[in-house]
Amino acid sequence: MKHRSLFARRSIDMAIRVLSSLAALIGIAMLGWILGTVILKGYSAINWEFFTELPAPPGMPEGGLANAIIGTLLITIMAVLIGVPIGLAAGVWLAEFGQQSKTAEAIRFAANLLMGTPSIIIGVFVYVVMVMTTGNFSGTAGAVSLAIIMLPIVARTAEDMLALVPSALREAALALGVPRWKATLGIVFRAARTGLLTGTLLAIARVSGETAPLLFTALNSPFWPESFNEPTANLTVTIFNYAMSPYDDWQTLAWGASLLIAASVLGTTIMTRGILWYRSR
Amino acid sequence: MIQTATAIKNETADRPFPLSQVNKETQEGLLDDIKIATRDLNFYYGEQQALFDNSLQVATNKVTAIIGPSGCGKSTHLRTYNRIFELYRGQRVTGEVLLDGQNILDANCDVLELRRKVGMIFQKPTPFPMSVFDNVAYGLKQHYHINRSELRGRVETALRQAALWDDVKDKLNQPGTALSGGQQQRLCIARAVAVEPEILLMDEPTSAVDPIATARIEELIDNLKLRYTIVIVTHNMQQAARISDYTAFFYQGRIIEFGATKKIFTKPDNQQTQDYITGRFG
Repeated sequence: MKHRSLFARRSIDMAIRVLSSLAALIGIAMLGWILGTVILKGYSAINWEFFTELPAPPGMPEGGLANAIIGTLLITIMAVLIGVPIGLAAGVWLAEFGQQSKTAEAIRFAANLLMGTPSIIIGVFVYVVMVMTTGNFSGTAGAVSLAIIMLPIVARTAEDMLALVPSALREAALALGVPRWKATLGIVFRAARTGLLTGTLLAIARVSGETAPLLFTALNSPFWPESFNEPTANLTVTIFNYAMSPYDDWQTLAWGASLLIAASVLGTTIMTRGILWYRSR
Repeated sequence: MIQTATAIKNETADRPFPLSQVNKETQEGLLDDIKIATRDLNFYYGEQQALFDNSLQVATNKVTAIIGPSGCGKSTHLRTYNRIFELYRGQRVTGEVLLDGQNILDANCDVLELRRKVGMIFQKPTPFPMSVFDNVAYGLKQHYHINRSELRGRVETALRQAALWDDVKDKLNQPGTALSGGQQQRLCIARAVAVEPEILLMDEPTSAVDPIATARIEELIDNLKLRYTIVIVTHNMQQAARISDYTAFFYQGRIIEFGATKKIFTKPDNQQTQDYITGRFG
């Protein structure tokens, strides 16, 4: 039997290493390119007026996107208030009570399907259920569609995080004569709190860039958000509208909004990492 | 608590469950109150049967050790005493576990009160993710309406009972997880005794701690039996011989022999017990 040549082995090793490094570089370069473009084109739009003023008609200077920023914040907060408690509760049920039962498996499968459902379909669904029935676009409908997108993400990460809590800890709490719900909320949640927070933040990051579901639900508005029962200004639909417009200053505002969203998603993700890092020390 | 031998003998004769698995010498010498008695206990993990007709008595204020090779059902047996197995789907039990004569497997037994009376210590220390003080106070607050100063007193008493007070009196606000492994295990003991149980179940309580911590816990068990009835599952036969008054030898889900520890470790009636304690298998 002949030994395989050292040269051949080393060159294959080298080739694989170079190819995989290149692939990684392309991925990082794409991210850098996107971020770079957004920053370059967007930074000129970011100024005091951007955060404080209503949009101005094309051609007028000092227009801002304050209404869209506030609208996006409000819609997201409302989506969190709807989606996170339901998602957490579903995760608790899957991890603590449903476990491996048929019902739990069916719910898990449904959650995975929902997670893979294109967000525009969720937008259309909420349009049919909430917008068509009430007769108007609304911030509430926007929040509901974002909440539906968050729901399976929160539920599955919560389930995974709760499942990571050693069963001995659960048993120890129950063995003291603590009722199941108290042991879950008081001990298991506490042990998993970092993971639960991470899941929630990731879900927020995920929906903060969603456009399609808002296009059918919250729509957009050039005015301050005054009620959740009317079309509500938001950043992503604004980007969609302004980027398609023929006006240079609107396009600049769209870049500014893109920068703001990119920065806040990045910020949320880094914050999540930071929390995980801090907790794991 | 201590009764005359005749009274006990009569009571023994009236006892409604068979003593066949108790060896003869112990039967005659049963001078203790019975705290827990199991009768025809069968346990199933789904379809698989893990315990077969376990009948066993646990004496009040004594240490009863359960020994046997891995997978013989020691822990499974212990976990029926506080019904903790009910946490898992597909685990079920038939037969009776009589605690002071009451069948705790009965559907209308209050599980929360049962678990207050029957504390449990696990193999790995399980401090809750909170401060040392809150770890001990957690169960207390669950079972009693209690004001702050009384709470402090109770927590201190519990920590003293677990021989942990001197170690932690200056770090009551530090997280319980920051203690050493042996201290964590004693914290779990303090947490369990804080709610004033009658029985302590210990499931290999020293298998995850070092020899010095093990010695401290064994010493502690010796003191705790003055107040509590203790049932300990252990892999360590020397430990069983050192700390227990009675020993049950389990093999393949059956109680092969039960009796006074001295007797089991010197001249057991059963050949399998003999083989196990002399290290021929297991």
